[in-house]
Amino acid sequence: MKSRELTTQISKAADLLNLKKWDYGASFSNDYSVQVDKGEAKQLKASQKQVLTIRVWNESNLVGITTTSDISKSGIKKALNQANIASDFGNKNESTEFSPLAKYPIEVNEEKKRNPVGIKKLLTLLREAEVKLLESHESINSVPYNGLSESFFERVYANSDGAFRSYTKSQAALYLYARAEEKGKKPRSSGSVKIGYGVNDIDIESCIKEASNKTISHLNYSSIKTDKYLICFSPESFLTIFNAFSSMFNARSILDGVSLSNKNSIGEKLSTEALNIYDDGLHKKNISSAPFDGEGTPTRKLCLINKGKIENFIHSESTARTFKTIPTGHAGLGSKVSVSPDWIVVEKSKGDYDLKTTLDHSSYEGEFVYIEELNAIHAGVKASQGSFSLPFDGWLYKKGKKVSIESATVAGDIKYLLKNIVNIELNQEVTTSGISPHIWVDSLSITGDT
Amino acid sequence: MLSSQIKSNEIEFGSCNKDLLEEIIFYGMGLGADFIEIFIENTDNSSVLAEEDFITSVSPSFGKGAGIRIFKDKRDGFVSTNDLTKHGLMRSVSQAIEMLDITNKKNKKVFNGLNKHRDYTLSKRTWIDEVPSIHEISEKLLISTKSLKKNNKIIARKGSYSRNLQEVIIASSDGTYASDIRLHQTVGLNVIASEAQYRSNGSRRFGSSGMPDEFRTWDHEKAANDVIESSMNMLYADYVEAGQMPVILANKFGGVIFHEACGHLLETTQIERGTTPFENKLNEKIAHESVTAIDEGISEGSFGSLSIDDEGMEPEKSILIKDGILKKFISDRAGELRTGHKRTGSGRRQNYSFAAASRMRNTFISKGEYSKEDLINSISDGLYCKSMGGGSVGATGQFNFAVEEGYLIKNGKLTKPVKGATLIGEAKEVMPKISMCGNDLELAPGFCGSISGSVNVTVGQPHIKVDSITVGGR
Repeated sequence: MKSRELTTQISKAADLLNLKKWDYGASFSNDYSVQVDKGEAKQLKASQKQVLTIRVWNESNLVGITTTSDISKSGIKKALNQANIASDFGNKNESTEFSPLAKYPIEVNEEKKRNPVGIKKLLTLLREAEVKLLESHESINSVPYNGLSESFFERVYANSDGAFRSYTKSQAALYLYARAEEKGKKPRSSGSVKIGYGVNDIDIESCIKEASNKTISHLNYSSIKTDKYLICFSPESFLTIFNAFSSMFNARSILDGVSLSNKNSIGEKLSTEALNIYDDGLHKKNISSAPFDGEGTPTRKLCLINKGKIENFIHSESTARTFKTIPTGHAGLGSKVSVSPDWIVVEKSKGDYDLKTTLDHSSYEGEFVYIEELNAIHAGVKASQGSFSLPFDGWLYKKGKKVSIESATVAGDIKYLLKNIVNIELNQEVTTSGISPHIWVDSLSITGDT
Repeated sequence: MLSSQIKSNEIEFGSCNKDLLEEIIFYGMGLGADFIEIFIENTDNSSVLAEEDFITSVSPSFGKGAGIRIFKDKRDGFVSTNDLTKHGLMRSVSQAIEMLDITNKKNKKVFNGLNKHRDYTLSKRTWIDEVPSIHEISEKLLISTKSLKKNNKIIARKGSYSRNLQEVIIASSDGTYASDIRLHQTVGLNVIASEAQYRSNGSRRFGSSGMPDEFRTWDHEKAANDVIESSMNMLYADYVEAGQMPVILANKFGGVIFHEACGHLLETTQIERGTTPFENKLNEKIAHESVTAIDEGISEGSFGSLSIDDEGMEPEKSILIKDGILKKFISDRAGELRTGHKRTGSGRRQNYSFAAASRMRNTFISKGEYSKEDLINSISDGLYCKSMGGGSVGATGQFNFAVEEGYLIKNGKLTKPVKGATLIGEAKEVMPKISMCGNDLELAPGFCGSISGSVNVTVGQPHIKVDSITVGGR
């Protein structure tokens, strides 16, 4: 069903049920993926999926919601009815309205949409990639986690006030996680993920090379002494830890009392003046960019930290009204609307600051721990307390030489971490969750086996 | 004519779909499949959230879909769709056949039609009317969050409830034809306590399967007291000092250590990937002799219990480890095909859009002979992990999980609370170090995310002692 037709169907059904105010979000997707095992196709997967979420406002202006995969006429009618019933339990203390920006003009760029290459091509490419990775080093004996996928989807938002937005997109992803083992040593594993608008946009060779290099580089490992260390976060690991504590900038979390920030935190100094952080969902390097959020609000660039101080919070329609500002394009669509960041951009601000610029991960000869990747975020982060204790993959550097760390955790407090940033390298690197340079932090606790 | 006898061109829940399902399977076998499985589901879910003294979210959802899996040799193709018409299902079969690039039309096995329908839904059709209404749920959740208002240090109170009702029809070319209705209810309480620079969380989750009345009889006052006690104990806790030390893991959710550290490595999907150190260790000692571990799907009302798994097999009680000796792996259909380990009724998936995989159900370490005090008294310097958070296991068997509520043990006594602890280790190294098992086995519900999505499980154990483990802290 086309999105315009779906809107008409919902409008007609709402009229019949005498429901005057409604909106909906929908997505329609076709996904294809393959996995291989030592040259053989393991699982080939295709899915066709549709999800419709409808909100209905009752006569008391309370909102109810229902989500369904059934977009037949009867399904739509049932969804509207259920949402109407649910509206009796709508939140009386926090009203929800249409976004004031739901009809604001947006630019939908579909130039980068690609056509499917098909399962057979996916399989051929992944088989070749697996073989190359296995042949890249004698210790790599399997690629237990691998996959190549392509997705094609359409997202829609519309409301009874005449707002209508939609966009279609394509996206492809390749992941290769190798396992290597040498006699008398523990197995080691590492990998790489690459995404693109289509399969042909993915740099498969660099994914293989990265997965191989990372895995091999962990073969010679050693345990690390439990102590406090100078830390260098890779771009990926810094973005991971920052995203884990993004509730600091989330107006919904602030209102719910689960954020480290409060309503008056704008202007609070969190870090060195050399630090700027933006949320920029429309960044040209963000392959997953969406032109509007769950409430139809246009996506836009927003400064979260300006010269070390909190500059803005991210908002939905409802939180923006409470904070007397405008929605920022970060809302989901739910009974209680969630708010989340899109794509984080970390940069060194312009100016001369008291940074230890000799700290460069490629040339510094002193002792430091390089954190390549943080693991088990769901288990080791206490966002409402600000603390973390996380296992990681990384190396101990000493006098220019590096040794992979066998098994260790890094622990600390996010506010302490941000306050103790001692250098922000100049070069930014693109990752799947944003852009960041290497970030140096002084004196974080590392627990090792020694 | 009875409605169940009408030939339909679309799957109808609560009716006989045998002719239509057979037609689709014959169609796929005619195209050269060795095996075809059709999994169809219809869901009716709702969730309610209470914050402070208000209901802030009521979210119903419903839907239907089908997952079709076709095997040719050891390869499999899986297609999922929301289209339950004959045309839609046949198109999905064709798509799976095409994906597998089947040119050899000769089947390894013959389809002789579906067996007699095994209908597990008969006593369950009334569940939808017996579960509490949203109104009833809301009232009880509000009473529960009110119970959390014990002092002015509690700055955030939450109560959440979710109910998932899933009706499934499973048919496959080995003759399997079964249908079932599953009901899962879960309720959780959370608080944040705060004073000056100190902050702590407290949370507990409860869950059941197949018990429509369970939420009505849930003792919210006891649960609230437990959550408050935990958060207040942890409010002024210092960070734990990192290092190697002996630990006591509490019963109930303490069982997450076995689930993460060992249970996942006993799933045949891990053998298929070559990521388990236990692959060739059947009938060998892999754990301390005090450890006997079980995975089953039959305990009445437990969160991981099932009448049939998602491949239509009745779940069995599997003794995984007996007195430290590895006895069995957790296996599904693909696992049996690819590794030779017999199916255990453990083929599970989150929903129709996932192919089933070998997954744990109710997994626990059996009780031993010691009291909790015996275990604590045996340690001069260590950590008591009263409440565990989540965890994960990596491709090399390395696991980690967070301690939500911990206490130092000094000279055989529990002393001050500590926070920020993470337990890290490797299954192969830790299992032999579980040297004492208590006599107080209890289970706790949880959600396990893995290859076939998020599934309901229980973890469990008595209090256990691990002689030495790395504790991450500050």
